[in-house]
Amino acid sequence: MQIGVLREASPSETRVAATPATVTQLLKLGYEVVIEPGAGTKSGFTDAAYEAAGASVGTVTETDIVFGVNAPSGEQLDSLRAGVRVISLLSPALNPDLVDNLSRRPITALAMDAVPRISRAQSLDVLSSMANIAGYRAVVEAAHVFGRFFTGQVTAAGKVPPAKVLVVGAGVAGLAAIGAAGSLGAIVRATDPRPEVADQVGSLGGEYLSITSPEVEVSATGYAKEMGDDYKAREAELYAEQSKDVDIIITTALIPGKPAPRIITAEMVASMKAGSVIVDMAAATGGNVEGTVKDEVVVTDNGVTIIGYTDLAGRLPAQASQLYGTNLVNLMKLMTPAKDGELVVDFDDVVIRSMTVVRDGELTWPPPPVQVSATPAAAAPAAEVVKVDKEPMSAGKRLGLVLGGAAAMFVLFALAPAALLPHLTVFALAIVIGYYVIGNVHHALHTPLMSVTNAISGIIVVGALLNLVHDQKLVLGIAFVATLVASINVFGGFAVTQRMLAMFSRS
Amino acid sequence: MTIETITWSAYIVAALLFILALAGLSKHETAKVGNLFGIAGMTVALAATVALVVDLKISTTGIVLLVAAMLIGALIGLQRARVVEMTQMPELIAMLHSFVGLAAVLVGWNGYLLVEHEPNGAEALHLDALGTLGIHHAEVSIGIFIGAVTFTGSIVAYGKLAGKFNSAPLVLPGKNLINLGSLVVFAALTAWFVVDPQLWQLIAITALALALGWHLVASIGGGDMPVVVSMLNSYSGWAAAAAGFLLENDLLIITGALVGSSGAYLSYIMCRAMNRSFISVIAGGFGIEAPSGDAVDYGEHHEINAEGTAELLGEAKSVIITPGYGMAVAQAQYGVAELTNRLRERGVEVRFGIHPVAGRLPGHMNVLLAEAKVPYDIVLELDEINDDFPETDVVLVIGANDTVNPAATDDPTSPIAGMPVLSVWESKKVIVFKRSMASGYAGVQNPLFFRDNTSMLFGDAKDRVNDILAAL
Repeated sequence: MQIGVLREASPSETRVAATPATVTQLLKLGYEVVIEPGAGTKSGFTDAAYEAAGASVGTVTETDIVFGVNAPSGEQLDSLRAGVRVISLLSPALNPDLVDNLSRRPITALAMDAVPRISRAQSLDVLSSMANIAGYRAVVEAAHVFGRFFTGQVTAAGKVPPAKVLVVGAGVAGLAAIGAAGSLGAIVRATDPRPEVADQVGSLGGEYLSITSPEVEVSATGYAKEMGDDYKAREAELYAEQSKDVDIIITTALIPGKPAPRIITAEMVASMKAGSVIVDMAAATGGNVEGTVKDEVVVTDNGVTIIGYTDLAGRLPAQASQLYGTNLVNLMKLMTPAKDGELVVDFDDVVIRSMTVVRDGELTWPPPPVQVSATPAAAAPAAEVVKVDKEPMSAGKRLGLVLGGAAAMFVLFALAPAALLPHLTVFALAIVIGYYVIGNVHHALHTPLMSVTNAISGIIVVGALLNLVHDQKLVLGIAFVATLVASINVFGGFAVTQRMLAMFSRS
Repeated sequence: MTIETITWSAYIVAALLFILALAGLSKHETAKVGNLFGIAGMTVALAATVALVVDLKISTTGIVLLVAAMLIGALIGLQRARVVEMTQMPELIAMLHSFVGLAAVLVGWNGYLLVEHEPNGAEALHLDALGTLGIHHAEVSIGIFIGAVTFTGSIVAYGKLAGKFNSAPLVLPGKNLINLGSLVVFAALTAWFVVDPQLWQLIAITALALALGWHLVASIGGGDMPVVVSMLNSYSGWAAAAAGFLLENDLLIITGALVGSSGAYLSYIMCRAMNRSFISVIAGGFGIEAPSGDAVDYGEHHEINAEGTAELLGEAKSVIITPGYGMAVAQAQYGVAELTNRLRERGVEVRFGIHPVAGRLPGHMNVLLAEAKVPYDIVLELDEINDDFPETDVVLVIGANDTVNPAATDDPTSPIAGMPVLSVWESKKVIVFKRSMASGYAGVQNPLFFRDNTSMLFGDAKDRVNDILAAL
């Protein structure tokens, strides 16, 4: 099959759906690739580079599959042939008109931004890969505007304190921002309603500020949920306090399918120091910050810059195209099980099902919900599973058991014939000694231990030897065999132990 | 000083030397000396016994038989010890157990022939005068029983380990009833034998015990053999102790008790490491059906090639290798040792994490690695290394599966839930050497393979290790 790569219709789009590197991978899956002339120019990929990678440059009107970054425009859709599979970002939940338009055409449309958040699908999750870039870029934008160092320094001209950065929301974008700001040397703090991200924040060098609340929970969709009122009050308190202290705020709080939550109020912005910077990464859906203007930079009366860019990922076009292209390659791997260049739309695969907006002109949106969080679905009936959370025995119980055992032994020994008692004494003490001595044996030496015990249990040869003094033929014969096999044990056991122990050497 | 006091004190010294021998094995540094203590103890005991035997006016035939038996035994034993492959240690040990069992049966039968069979013989009259004749009857019966169970049990274990018998568990209807019933019949026969000793009872007891030993081990699956071999180790000790009671010889009692508790302790460790109850392993094995309805979608695994692995290893600061028995099956340990050396020369910290059930015997993997010249001080146990995984750059899982399965800690419904495992997934990168995506011995799928920080390196472990060596 042929894959066509669109030149993006929107003049502001800098990304492209395939790079020369991903073209090579697509060819390996058995596809032919056609690139629209100039598709990669804004990302820095020339037509010649694509051709060198094995693609042809031409029109995509006759290809079987079409890749785009954004949804194709009306004219682009009109030019495509019937039965084509369109794969791009579609935001079907936010664009009912587009979904409607697509469903009236005899095509199949897959939304790259509708990948369910399950670990298997992570390699094709565009939202994650774009969020990662955007988070990084947000820090770069902030640093560009911020009039100071991020890192603290002691110079001949005086001491420079490090910048303090607050990242709101420790999702993919938030974590990328924490990492980027941290590596520039800033003090980074982060908030998130999901306490389980504290470790991830810590591992990137940030400090997790928790908003203590009984309501903390993991949502079934893997995104943070909208929180209750009590929580919001505490949250507001925390942000009001932090706003006065920090130099840079990067907000990343998004709730899928809903306007972004308002987290930083105008009051908080007003309390910030002059020269502070806010990057509102949720500007596209209304913004987390009061006063954000979508796609613009505004400076407040008290000198705080609020950046509302919505194309942060597109501001690193080569990187973004590379990651997006790789997401597409991974999707193609999933949909081309035979690696023969034949695309299979498998509706039994929950990933493909979730992404498909239109199949052969039939509307398939919205898909059935996918459970993704760590709550394991009640698995196979496992009757033989015994939960082995043994409580350590209490002192009383232990004492009772030991005393009970001692009493039983007392009775047993008292009933035993007197002649047996000296041997029983030796026997009981030897068991105790054995237990303690063996308990100290190093794990690594358990095999030599077994062979040495093999050798010494050959001591039974003593019994066989003593039988040899008798002169009955049968007794002698039996004693002979017993002596022989026990001798094998004695000599074999010690010799093999010696051989094994000689192998162990220190470095 | 009579010959009796001389042998008696020699036996005490020998018993103490045996204890020192076992105590010496607590550390690598003292292990060799420990073994020498054991040899010394055995020499003392044998010398004293031979002296006693000579003093008891042994016939010339007896001397000839004694020398011949010990010489042949020594030759066979030394020869086996010299040629045995380290991978075949479990078979050798099982075989040696069977010899102890056989010797115990034979000593028991001689006890019968010398006493019960000749009610008017010197020994019988002597015991009767002491009032211990009844005890002797019981001791003969018990000694033969334990010895016979050990004998056939060890033979079956040997056969299963050596691949001579089918390693699948034998499932007879009502197997627990068979085992329990045998014990009850044995107790009844022994009681009868004590009251009225007859030859047929002893033959019946021997036959019953041989059959029970066979059935007991035959109904345990091949993968549970580590526990079984430890258990038979214990039995062989009890068999020697029973012979000691029969012969009124404290040296045998002490040695038997030491070996018996040693085997019991090892069985306990192995059971704990496999998360099984000892009873369930002994009483007819462990149902190893693959769990049904295992349709959980774990996602996709990632693959890596030898060059990629070599690159990762070259950049790593710390590497942990967690081998399983699959490594020994593929004979990859020599390549792994070479890889270890090369990485260590480059300044990479390489260590081994050994799960208690990684081999076919307790401590087996340590011996296999030692044979390949991996220094023992970088070979660590589960408990010693489990906390270090988060700081580890690369973990190589070679031929192991269930022992590195995160389901044991994460998934309470998993059949191996609660089993202690090496938490390799906490490291930065895990490379799993595996032939295919088939599940492990316990039939449980391993979610480790689908983790994002796990990559699969498919193929024969030995070949892949050599490829990595070539790429380094």
